Amino acid sequence: MSQKELLKVNNLKQHFPIKGGFLGRTVNHVKAVDDVTFDIYEGETLSVVGESGCGKSTTGRAILRLDEPTDGSIEFDGVDLLALNKREMRKKRKDLQVIFQDPYASLNPRQTVAQILMEAMAIQKAVPKAKRRERAIELLETVGLNADQIDRYPHEFSGGQRQRIGIARALSVDPKLIICDEAVSALDVSVQAQVLNLLKKLQKEFNLTFLFIAHDLGVVRHISDRIIVMYLGKIVEIADKKSLFENPQHPYTKALLSSIPTPDPEVKKERIILKGDVPSPINPPQGCRFHTRCPFATDICRQEAPALRNLDNMKEGHRAACHHIEKIAAEQ
Amino acid sequence: MNQETILDINDLRTSFLVDGFEVKAVDGVSFKLPKGKTIGIVGESGSGKSITAMSILQLLDKPGKIMGGEINFKGRDLTKLSEKEIRDIRGNEISMIFQEPMTSLNPVYTIGQQIRETLKVHQGLDKQRGTKKAIELLTLVGIPSPEQRVKQYPHELSGGMRQRVMIAMALACNPELLIADEPTTALDVTIQAQILELIKDLQSELGMSVIMITHDMGVVAETCDYVAVMYGGKVVEYQDVKSIFKSPKHPYTVGLLNSIPRHDTDVDELEPIKGNVPSPKDMPEGCRFAPRCPFATELCTQELPTLDTQADGGEVRCWIYTDRWDGDPEVNVRESKRTAESE
Repeated sequence: MSQKELLKVNNLKQHFPIKGGFLGRTVNHVKAVDDVTFDIYEGETLSVVGESGCGKSTTGRAILRLDEPTDGSIEFDGVDLLALNKREMRKKRKDLQVIFQDPYASLNPRQTVAQILMEAMAIQKAVPKAKRRERAIELLETVGLNADQIDRYPHEFSGGQRQRIGIARALSVDPKLIICDEAVSALDVSVQAQVLNLLKKLQKEFNLTFLFIAHDLGVVRHISDRIIVMYLGKIVEIADKKSLFENPQHPYTKALLSSIPTPDPEVKKERIILKGDVPSPINPPQGCRFHTRCPFATDICRQEAPALRNLDNMKEGHRAACHHIEKIAAEQ
Repeated sequence: MNQETILDINDLRTSFLVDGFEVKAVDGVSFKLPKGKTIGIVGESGSGKSITAMSILQLLDKPGKIMGGEINFKGRDLTKLSEKEIRDIRGNEISMIFQEPMTSLNPVYTIGQQIRETLKVHQGLDKQRGTKKAIELLTLVGIPSPEQRVKQYPHELSGGMRQRVMIAMALACNPELLIADEPTTALDVTIQAQILELIKDLQSELGMSVIMITHDMGVVAETCDYVAVMYGGKVVEYQDVKSIFKSPKHPYTVGLLNSIPRHDTDVDELEPIKGNVPSPKDMPEGCRFAPRCPFATELCTQELPTLDTQADGGEVRCWIYTDRWDGDPEVNVRESKRTAESE
């Protein structure tokens, strides 16, 4: 893999104001993403996993500037995205496409497949007008649909087929980076496998880079090169796939991995059951945000937020944000 | 099976009459549930798994209707009971928990009021004793400070807490059978682990039988004793949980297992099942799975196989295991040759 950074996210913060009172003043903030830094290399699949409210989708939306980030910088292919004005940003979205979770809500029901695909090309001026229909047919075949389905409307397709249309639309402008926000979560497992295989194939064919946002760790293990684990707006661990699944360091990652039911009744594993729920991101806990549920928490965890660090027993590039990595590792 | 059977469903058929057209959502489902055990009903959307559950308690919305078959619960056929009789069973001897805890709780009543209602209807408890019992139940399902929680409304609780409240309500009358319809699908995985653990603990403590409806084979592997795999409104395979993972027989079960991206091992490429789940309005003739099955022959597309008991006690609905099989006699459904059009 070439190690050229395609996207650099630095100290990204996304705080949503909560309006209240009769004057509609900002009374508080939801700190959805709080100081997140990571890079995506060209041609890789980087996944962001975490439970609801951890900020994974918000991170994806902030990169596309679908919501304006509060603070931080996002550099894509050498260009600072946050410095662009609206028109320049819209142009830039040619390189940054997105596939959403809900294949029912993300396609316009009044447009045919041809119109959906050709509109994307027209907006980005990606393909000359005369060639657009031809290109749309080509795209349909690339994603495994029939060319004769091009004049149909979204409701005539099943969920899996609609997701394929969404993928074709993203591909229609020749993007460099595709953000897949829970792109296969709504699909039945037999169809989900088809779409996952398709994404992998397309990545090879068009040298695409994926930012894959998901909560299903099975899916993530299947598709990713590297994985980021988020908890309450912060990155708690980042590692290549193998290290994360085989040598997780952060207690949250460990608990998360042990919580997934294994589809094999003969595997008996030790399960770490976390107490309680994820705290509210409006008033996240001081210090390490996981300390309220962490079995290893001590005073320092309640006071000081841990930084991401790499230790000798971890592979290069594997970093975890916990004060007690050494202690936990020694206990096992 | 020589254990006592608590539930014996025989040839259940449930249809929806839409525009004078009969959509067969559940089409001849049969299975038995031994007392104190858990059966998993697995299938993808549209397989009829939830409608089967709704039929047991006759919670079907119009135009849904049970067209035939028997649901024997402790020797009584539930399909023959009057609305009043079934109401006595619902929430009392058989309880149900649903996928979406927010829509299944009433937003304008407190948690305490909602649990008390069940207790009042079935056990005639007054307000004071009802509240006491409600607090006991909330403690049982692991809700912290239950004395305060009974006074709260559903919106004040998190998703995991609401699901615990649902379970507390379902347990209020010590049901003998608990039907759990995707009880953890809407929850995060760490919360899912808590809830599954809770259901398992309560089951062994209270000796309940459980029907677990799910699409997640991981949940099945961890909670169930027996598994019925449904496809197109029919049970296609029934085995104990170990056998279904070790030696799945029906090509659909095999395909389903091969489609799961595993978090515990690496696979190079998933082996999806080709095509899409058929719509109940447009069910194929013959075997429902034939259009997507890599082994299908002419016989499969023309005639529907029956659910037959095999030598090892499992049941499977597939021509391959019959004398009339007209395909490759050496066929091995577990061999990887079902790679679908992956383009």
